[in-house]
Amino acid sequence: MIAIIDYGVGNLFSLKSSFHAIGTDAEVTADPKKITAASHVILPGVGAFGDAVAKLKERDLFDFVKAEAKSGKPFLGICLGMQLLFDRSMEYGEHEGLGLVPGEVLPIEGKIPEKLDIPHMGWNALDFAKDKAVSPLFRYIKEGDAVYFVHSYAAFHCEKNRIASAEYGIPLTAAVQNGNVYGTQFHPEKSGTVGLQILKAFSELS
Amino acid sequence: MITKRIIPCLDVRNGRVVKGVNFQGLQDVNSPVELGKYYSDAGADELVFYDITASVEGRKLFTDILTEVASGIFIPLTVGGGINTLEDFDRVLKCGADKVSVNSGAIKNPSLINEAAEKYGNQCVVLSVDSKRVGEAYHVFLHGGREDTGMDTLQWIREGVSRGAGEVVLNSIDTDGVKKGFDLPMLKAVNEIVPVPVIASGGAGCVQDFIDLFQEIPDISAGLAASIFHFGEVRIDDLKKTLAAQGIAVRKV
Repeated sequence: MIAIIDYGVGNLFSLKSSFHAIGTDAEVTADPKKITAASHVILPGVGAFGDAVAKLKERDLFDFVKAEAKSGKPFLGICLGMQLLFDRSMEYGEHEGLGLVPGEVLPIEGKIPEKLDIPHMGWNALDFAKDKAVSPLFRYIKEGDAVYFVHSYAAFHCEKNRIASAEYGIPLTAAVQNGNVYGTQFHPEKSGTVGLQILKAFSELS
Repeated sequence: MITKRIIPCLDVRNGRVVKGVNFQGLQDVNSPVELGKYYSDAGADELVFYDITASVEGRKLFTDILTEVASGIFIPLTVGGGINTLEDFDRVLKCGADKVSVNSGAIKNPSLINEAAEKYGNQCVVLSVDSKRVGEAYHVFLHGGREDTGMDTLQWIREGVSRGAGEVVLNSIDTDGVKKGFDLPMLKAVNEIVPVPVIASGGAGCVQDFIDLFQEIPDISAGLAASIFHFGEVRIDDLKKTLAAQGIAVRKV
């Protein structure tokens, strides 16, 4: 069973229906017992970094989630859930993240060319990291396949763990991997067939 | 490279699509569920559903059907129509909408944008504006273009974005339904002043109109249309192939 951690941020409807569509059992839950018992864990999230950290802490989930990710089972952060994996974020002040992937989350404003819209919103092609073998997360998709992004902050200084980027004036971090811990800046649950194939690949990791 | 989005828009009344779509293989031409899947498979990059229901019962039918639509498609879904309060946001987001579009509700109560952006994030709040030329300026209109609010379009959009709208849909009353192309001058004027993505709406009649849109305003984010898609005058897969052949970046179907 895949546990989708429910900590009060964002809309988990599509994520749950995505797993249903690929025939995988998934449950939206905040119950630590259920999360511990799950074979795979997903940390979703939209909204602001500081707010999400506060909500995890309010529910006594911050250290618990960290321990779950370190337990070795496949763990996937999506969108803000991916950003939370890093050491820190500079979104409205400095906030400490889960520290599961080295790097930091910074505004894309000032880094991308000025004429480009913020947020980075829409379908963008995935460029796989040249210095690594293709991640098992991408085993069912091709380089160049487009996925759906919507974000104004992105992960930087994480080249060592970057498995894919998307070109938006500069290469933006699209996905990371540190051992069993994965993260996607894009929304696989909103990325059509390509996204479903990524979730399928994740659900098959062991 | 970020791709240009092609977005079909469906009007829904009492849980049924108004002016049903005539495609072969569709059993129920008025079913939002079937149409949602059809467009998603055809390569639509997002879907917009406008609830044009006036009654409470009709609204309930809409949210029920929305849940069903959202369970079956895995592309972004924007919902608009009758969004006046945070409760309205909550109601449609719970049914699987990803973004909520506000129009007259935000004109009556602009702080709705701030409150919704704070609660659900800027990316969730789409400011939809019906605009029409009045003399040398553009004014915001209500009720499908029947009532001039007297508000300046550029000023209102600037305000809406500064209040937290993460995206703008600009519908030109002058070109809407005319099928002679998008309102390029108006779109250009708006696109220049806002830092968020702008979606062009109103006037698309053929494939060339989309080519003109993306070539004349290379920074525009998306093109939205309704009837030309519904009546099969333009097929989304063909449109995308033609755009790609013109060197315009689109997501391959």
